[in-house]
Amino acid sequence: MIYVKRTEIRWHGRGGQGVVTASIVLAEAAVYQGKYAQAYPEFGAERRGAPVRAYTRVSDEHIKTRAPILTPDVVVVMDPSLDKSIYLEGLKIGGILIINTKKSLDEVRKYIGRDDLKIARVDATKIALEVLKAPFVNMAMIGALVRVVPVIDLHYVEEVIKETFRPKVAELNIEAVRRAYQEVETL
Amino acid sequence: MSFEKKLPSWKSIPIGGAILKPGNFAERPTGDWRVFRPIINQDKCLRCLICWAICPEPAIYIIDKPYRTSSGREWKFTLEIDYNYCKGCGLCVEECPVKAIDFVEEVK
Amino acid sequence: MSDLWIRIPLTSNYAAAYAAKDVDVDVVAAYPITPQTPVVERIAEFIANGELDAEMIHVESEHSALSACIGASATGARVFTATSAQGLELMHEMLFIASGLRLPIVMAIAARALSAPINIWCDYSDLMATRDSSWITVIASSAQEVYDSIIQMYRVAEDPEVLLPAMVAYDGFIMSHTYEPVYVAKDRAPILEYVPKNFKNRYRLDPDNPITMGAIADPNWYYEFKYQQVVAMRKAYEVVKKADEEFGKRFGRSYGFVETYKVEDVDIALLTYGGLYGTVQEAVDILREKGVKVGAIKLRVFRPFPYNELFNAIKNLKHLVVLDRAITFGGVIEGPVALEIATLLKFKSLDTNLYNYIVGIGQRTVTESDIIGIVDHVSKLIEKNVVPMESIYWGVRE
Repeated sequence: MIYVKRTEIRWHGRGGQGVVTASIVLAEAAVYQGKYAQAYPEFGAERRGAPVRAYTRVSDEHIKTRAPILTPDVVVVMDPSLDKSIYLEGLKIGGILIINTKKSLDEVRKYIGRDDLKIARVDATKIALEVLKAPFVNMAMIGALVRVVPVIDLHYVEEVIKETFRPKVAELNIEAVRRAYQEVETL
Repeated sequence: MSFEKKLPSWKSIPIGGAILKPGNFAERPTGDWRVFRPIINQDKCLRCLICWAICPEPAIYIIDKPYRTSSGREWKFTLEIDYNYCKGCGLCVEECPVKAIDFVEEVK
Repeated sequence: MSDLWIRIPLTSNYAAAYAAKDVDVDVVAAYPITPQTPVVERIAEFIANGELDAEMIHVESEHSALSACIGASATGARVFTATSAQGLELMHEMLFIASGLRLPIVMAIAARALSAPINIWCDYSDLMATRDSSWITVIASSAQEVYDSIIQMYRVAEDPEVLLPAMVAYDGFIMSHTYEPVYVAKDRAPILEYVPKNFKNRYRLDPDNPITMGAIADPNWYYEFKYQQVVAMRKAYEVVKKADEEFGKRFGRSYGFVETYKVEDVDIALLTYGGLYGTVQEAVDILREKGVKVGAIKLRVFRPFPYNELFNAIKNLKHLVVLDRAITFGGVIEGPVALEIATLLKFKSLDTNLYNYIVGIGQRTVTESDIIGIVDHVSKLIEKNVVPMESIYWGVRE
C-alpha cells in the first residue's frame, strides 16, 4: 500500500512444514522490535501435505486494515515443488521472491520468467538437513528473508526462536537462520 | 391482576425472581387444588410405609400415636395425611398394596 | 504506565484468554467450535501452568457450557466462556436464563456465519441473533480492544445496579486468528483493583443462607422482573461509559461507545463495526488523497444501543452509509445496525439519508477497493437523489 510504509509478505509451503509458524515468528520479532505487525494463516481447514499459505504484515505504524493480502510485496516459497502459478499470483510488479531451491539463480530466473522481480534463492533444505538433521526449513527461510528484506533485525528473530523452542532445538534453529542469512544469494 | 390485591412494585422485589426466605412454600397450602381426597382406612392399613415413601409432596406423616384395629391388632404408630398440602394426585391410592386408601370426591 | 504492561503479539482469541486470566476467573466452561477454540485451549494452558487458579468444566455441548456457567455464577463465582456461530445458537435458550437470573457472566464471541450451508468464516449473524437476550454486547475492532473490553465488562456486569451478562465479539478468523501487538498486564493486581472480586453484593446460592433461584413467576409477577431488566440495561448505559472512562484514567486506553475518524468536515460517513472498521479507515485515507471527503464511524457497543453518542456522531451528516455484516431477513431494512439507526434518525428528527450496504457475509472478501466502490456507488445515488429503502447487497453475483 502506497499510503503507509509497510511490507506485506506471503508464505508458501505444504501442511506440516511450519509455514504458519514462520509467519508468526516473523510478526513476533517485529513486535518485540517495537514495530507493528499482523500474522494470519489462510483461514480454513488444514491438511498435512496440502499447499498452505500464511501472511505477515510488518509496518512502522499502526496497521488499520484487515483486508487480506492479495498483492504481496514479498513471497517466500519453502517448497520448491509447488507450481509457480500458485506463488506468483498477485506478487507485485518489482516485488521480491525468496525461494528454497537447489537450482542456481539463473535457472530460477528462467523458470520464473518475470524480469521485474527481485529474486533470491537459498538451499534451505540442505541447511536444514545439515544443521537440524531434518527438512524443517521454515526458520532458515526467515533468515534468508531478513537478509533480503531488512525490515527486522536478526537479533529479534533469534530472541523469538529462543522463546518458542526448547533450548537445544532453539540453538540449532538459530544456527540454521544464521546460515541462511549468510548463504542466501541475490542479484 | 391488580383488582385481586395490591402486589409490590418492581422496585421492591428481589431481582431475577430470587426467593430469599428458605422453605417459604410451607406458607402456601396447596390442598385446595384437590378434586379427590385420599382417606386412609386405619383398620386395613398394614403400616408398610409405601404411601409415605412415594407421596411426592410429601404430605403423609408418621404420627407417634398408637392405634388398635377393630380386629384387635396393636400398632405403635399411625399414618396421617396433611390435607393442607395433599394435592389429591392419587399415587398413594394406586400404590397401596392392600387398597387401604379410599379416594373420595371433595365436596366443597 | 509502561511498568504495568508488556507488549506481546497475540491473536484476539488469545487476548480474550489473557483477559480472563487477568481478571482471575474462577470457573470456565466451554465447548470447542471453530474459530473460538484457541481461547479455551490457552486458558487450559494457563490453568495447567498454574498461572490461573480456575475450575475448567468440560461439557458435551454449548448448551451445557452455558448451563454450567449459570450454575457456577449463581454461587458467586467469576465465570467466563467463549463460543461462535452454531455454538452461540445452541446456547440461545440459556442466554435468557443467564440474563433473567441476573448473572454477570462474560462471554467472548469469535463472530462466525451461521449454517446452513456450513460456513466457518466471519460474519455477525450469530451475534445479531442474540439481540433481544438482554446481554450487554460489545464489538471490538482490535485484539487490544478485546482484552480491554473483557476486563471492562466484568466491572460492568458485576455492578450491583446492572447485574447482567455481557458478550464481547470480534471477527472470527480475521481477528480471532491474526497475531498483532497487544499490551497485557505484567501483573494482575492493578487489573483486580479495577475489577475487585466481590461476590457478596449479589444474590447467590450459599448453603449457609439458602435462597431459591429460578422459581416460576406467574403473570402477576413475571412482568415486573422483565421491567427490572429493562431498567438494568438502561443503567448499564451509564455504567459502561464510566467503566470505560475509569479504565482510561487508570490504564491510558479507552474506547467510548462510538469512534469517529475524519468526520469533522464531511457530508458522508461510513459506519461499521468489528475488524472491518480498520479497512474502512484505510479506504477513507485513500479516498481523501484523491480528494473525496468521507469519514468513518465505528459502533462499539450494540446493547445498550448508544443513541446519544451516535446522535452526536451523525447529526451533521447529510448521508450515512451503514455497512452491516449480518442480515435480518424480511426486515424493513435488512441490516440489523441500519435498522437501529433508522429508528434513531426518526426519533431524533434527523434528515440524514441512510444507505445500507450488506458486506462480508460468510467472510466474502472486503478490501479497501470494495469500500471505495461503495462510496462511488452511493455518490451516484446521491447525484440522482435516490435513497433506496432496500439494503444493497454489495458484491453478490448476479
